[in-house]
Order: sequence, then C-alpha cells, then structure tokens
Amino acid sequence: MSTGTTKLDVVVSDVVPVNELVTRFHFRRRDGQMLPTFSGGAHVVVEMRDGDRTRLNPYSLMGSPLDTREYTISVRRDDVGRGGSLFMHRSVKPGLEMVISYPVNLFSLDLRARKHLMLAGGIGITPFMAQTAQLAGEGGNFELHYTCRTASLGTYADVLRERYDRRIRLYHDDRDERIDLDRLLSTQPLGTHLYVCGPAGMINWARDRAASLGWPSEAVHFEHFAAPQPGLPFDVTLAVSGKTIRVGEQQSLLEAIEAAGVDPPYLCRGGVCGQCETNVISYDGKFIHNDHWLSEEDHRSGCKIMPCVSRFEGRSLVLER
Amino acid sequence: MGITFRKETFRDDFTFRNSPEHIRRFPFPFHEDAYMYAVNIEPHVVGPKGSVLENLIDVDEHYVAEMQDRALVLAEDPLRCQSLPHMTLAGWDLLELLMEQQALGYPEHFTLTRDGDRWRWINRPLGIDDTFTFGDTSTLPYGPMEYITRQSQGDFCILDQRDGNLWMDAGMVTTQADWSLDFDIGMNFFEWHAPVPLAHEKGIFVRALKFLTNIQQGKPARRLNWTMTINPRLDTSPENYHKWGPDRTTVTPENVGDKVHLRVELQSFWRLPRSNSIVFPIRCYLIKMDELVTQPKWARRLHRVIRDLPEELATYKGLTRYRPTLVEWLSRLDDGSPTSPGFGPD
Repeated sequence: MSTGTTKLDVVVSDVVPVNELVTRFHFRRRDGQMLPTFSGGAHVVVEMRDGDRTRLNPYSLMGSPLDTREYTISVRRDDVGRGGSLFMHRSVKPGLEMVISYPVNLFSLDLRARKHLMLAGGIGITPFMAQTAQLAGEGGNFELHYTCRTASLGTYADVLRERYDRRIRLYHDDRDERIDLDRLLSTQPLGTHLYVCGPAGMINWARDRAASLGWPSEAVHFEHFAAPQPGLPFDVTLAVSGKTIRVGEQQSLLEAIEAAGVDPPYLCRGGVCGQCETNVISYDGKFIHNDHWLSEEDHRSGCKIMPCVSRFEGRSLVLER
Repeated sequence: MGITFRKETFRDDFTFRNSPEHIRRFPFPFHEDAYMYAVNIEPHVVGPKGSVLENLIDVDEHYVAEMQDRALVLAEDPLRCQSLPHMTLAGWDLLELLMEQQALGYPEHFTLTRDGDRWRWINRPLGIDDTFTFGDTSTLPYGPMEYITRQSQGDFCILDQRDGNLWMDAGMVTTQADWSLDFDIGMNFFEWHAPVPLAHEKGIFVRALKFLTNIQQGKPARRLNWTMTINPRLDTSPENYHKWGPDRTTVTPENVGDKVHLRVELQSFWRLPRSNSIVFPIRCYLIKMDELVTQPKWARRLHRVIRDLPEELATYKGLTRYRPTLVEWLSRLDDGSPTSPGFGPD
C-alpha cells in the first residue's frame, strides 16, 4: 500500500485555452465509466510521459464534485519552471491517453463551519471552483475573495461572478486593489473558517493576520501551490537500496529516487502531506528544506528530509531508502 | 442459490449457531501457535471464494438475525446511533458504499438502481423496497447512516478528519466489545484510545494515526482483532455490563464448549469520497468452542495461544476468571502434533 494511490486510465477529452497563461484539460475514463466521486479541494497527480522521463505533477480538480463524468484541471504555464506545465501546454492534446491518480484531498472543507471564507490568489482559484460548487449544491454559506494581476488573468472570474454574484469579490493588482484583510477577518461571524490558496506570500500574510486577530489555528486552512524548486545538482547514497544517484538541476530528490527504481510513498509531491518523509543517516553539508511538513526542530536536527521538495548542498548525503 | 438466513437469537435463549460451512469460513485470527500484538494492517482486497473476504463487505447467514438484534438494541437505547450535524454528508457516502458493495456481492438479495439522484434500493432478506432522492434526507425514514447501517452487519464508526487528527463524530455501534459510542462521540483519536495501556509510550498511536489519515480513496485497509465472549452476545456494551459481565463467572468444565465464544473483529478502513472522512466498519464474528474444535488444527493452536498468553494480555481481554477452565478443556484436544502455517483449517 505504500506508493501513492490507485491509478485511473483516462483520455484527454478536451483542451481549452482560458487566457494567455492558463489552459484547462478535461479527462474522461477510458472505459467510459464515471470517475470516482471526490470532495472540493481534492487534487489528482497527473503522470506525464515526456520522452524517457516521467513527470508527476499534482493539480486541483476544479469541476463540480456533483458531476464525475469528467475531471477538469487548469494548468498555469510556467516558462521558468521544471517543465511539467510546459509539457501539459505543448504536448497534451485531445485523444491522448494518460494515467492520473485517484483524488486525494489535503485541502478539505471543514463541514462544521457556519461560514466558509475563501481567499484565492492567481491559479490558486482552482480548488475553490470545486469547493464553491459543492457548497452551493448544499446551500452552504461561503464568500470568495480573489486577487489576480489583471482582469484578463482573472481565471474563471467571469464564471464565478455569473454563478455566485455578490459572493465573489475580485481584486486586480494593476488597479492597486487590495483585500482589506484585517477588516475582513475581524468582521466575520463566529464559526467562520478561512481557506487560503495562492502564492506563499499570500498564505503567510493571511495566516499571520488571522493569528494576530485571534483566529484559532484550527479555523485557518491553506494549500500551497509549491512546485519543487530547481537547484544545484547533488549526489545522494540510498543506504537500503545500495544505490548512489545524482539529483539533477531540474529534478527533485523524489524524482531522482524514483528514476533509480526505488519506489517511495507520496501523495502531494508538494511538501505538505508527510508521506515521503525519509530518515537521514549521515550528511556533510546543508539542507534546503522547502517543505511545510517537518517541524523547525526536525529541520535543525538534520535527521529527516522531505524528498519531494527539499534539496541539499554539500559533500555527502546518505538516506534510509 | 443465495444465502439461507438463520433464525436465531443473541440474547435470552441464545440460539445462535454457525452452520458447518460457516465454521470453515470463520476468520480464525492466529497464524501461529502464539499471539502477540502486531501491526497487522494489510490492503483490504478481495480474498478466496468461500472466505469472509470473498466480498469487501461480507453478508452471511446471520444477517437477518443480526439486524433484528440491532433493532432491539436501538429500541432500548437510541444513543447507540449518533451523528453530529456536520456528518450527514459522510452518512450519504456510507450509504452509497454499503449499497454498492452489498448489491455487487449479493445480487440475489440486494439491488441498487440509480436514475440520477433517484435511487431505488431493494433488500429482499429484510423485505425493503424504497425509492429515495440521494442527498435528500427527508426522502428516507432515518438519516442516511442510520438507514443503511440498520441493514448492514457490523458496527460503523465515521471519523471526521481535520487538524491532522480523526474525530469520532458519527457511528452505529450495537455489537461492541465493551466500549461506548455515546462516551466516545466527539473525541479525537488520542482521546478515545487513552484507556489503552503501554501503546502510547511506544508511539503506536502516533504511527497508527499517521497511517489512517493517509488512507486513500479506492485503497481500503483491514486488520483482525480478537477477544472472547461468554454466550453468543453481540451487544457487550458498558451500558449493559450488568447483563453480560456476570456471565464470566458461569463457565464450568461442563459448559465451556457451549458458552465460551471466540469473538473476532474484522476491521476495515475506507476513505469516503464526498466528505473526505474515514469509515471504520468493525465486523464481529462469533464461534463457540464446540464449533471451533471441529477443526483439529484450530483446537490445537487455540490451546497453545490461550495457555501461553501473557498475563497482562489475558487481563486486558477479560479472560482471567475462566482461562484455567478453558485451557484444561482445550488441552484434551491438543495431541502435541505440529500445526500447519497460516490461518485456515487443514
């Protein structure tokens, strides 16, 4: 049961450009059956066969959980990233057969909430597409504040406004519009839960302000859209498998371990779920911990690493894999 | 063909029995001649034909009688079934799971037909034929969890997942081994395991919680647990301790075979899709010693397991009072020959 999730064989049923950066992909099951039901905030890991290398990127499901004839994801093109989003934009066409994981939800709604207050930044809107559809179907109380750089990059802003009207508030950076967060957070009814998805800066800002204003941390939920960061290549010894491998500049440590034929567990590939946590046996150098799973103490101890997002600089690193 | 459902009781005159075919499919929990705690969790996948794992949700010859016993327990004590307000969606998830699995495994007994949100559920053994709107609680005679778990063998705990923990926020619990949903409802994983000794210090619960919070949709897991019960009582709850507790003083060398029952729980863990909660079905199987020892391998092995059980474990499982009587009775069936590996009878 260790590695990832059950897989689904799908075919790309549609590819729709949304704006200059974002493209939407539709998947249907190859056998024509319904796809598994999911909950708002869930993601799937999409396997991309790019030549002789396999890329695995997580993307939020953005369709309505009430309709599982197809899954939809939206991919923002990142020209300086590691290539997954470029592969999706350039090589994925209707009719292509692909493999995706079962849905996994690491950004679940707290169904006890009296009200759901959502903050989205940029492509961080995607999990909220499914969550708002789910809540609207149940008559749930929600309000979404969505910041984007320009009106033309306000992915699905028009769809959301049409569906939910005044429950959606838009903010455009180029017009200097900014969420009045303190006012927003201090005027919510008791029992409101806050959900944030967007760039790290936005998440940190919202968590920080919520904490200062006395919000309990259990009522603050967030999802990072963190892809593994590129960095200097480094060598790693895998003690259990007896292999020494090189992690390339554009490769994550997890990807390098997988490429060596070792199959560690994973769920999010973004440093939040804790599945790929690995013990460090010895090291001489410095860790670049990019995860949100390990505690600060774990980071300082040098005993653990999350290979999905974290890197290393130094002379030697031995892992228990 | 289908299952022939037995008419039997789990109280008063205790007419519960296993048929010979059901004795052979009993989930005997000891794979060797000794027992110790182990993390015996494995993927919950379909097992051999004729075993209790032939279907992921098992329905057997005791189905109708167990559902009648559940109705009696609920009539006396409605708090055995509770669902906090935010768990209704999880109840619908569970209804779908149990209807799908029962209809898939036993098409001669159960039929599920869907037309969008309009669902029709036919349960022939219990004489039910209901049409309802999926998601609309007003179209069912009970809440969705209560409706379907009044028609499904085993107890069901639904655990909400939040703040990196699991919360016992809904359940139908009428066949439990001395614990209470009414006491545990709303508690988190560490709170409801607080009474278990030693395991906390060993970090077992931290690891178990980590495993459970990572259970994925489409990948259920399972484990077996066991204890012993005097008389075939399904309901051995703390609320009814005054009824079943004193039974433990009634075991004599003459009645061991009829009174002492091995109680095995097949526990499975499933991620529910809409609510993202975890359901934990606890399916209870009972077998009396007279039935169990019809399989010589099980008789020999059970003798060795109970004889050599560490004292703390025997106390924890409540066997202390009648263990010597039971061991003496079983010893006459142990000729000292080796037992074959694995759980199954020879």
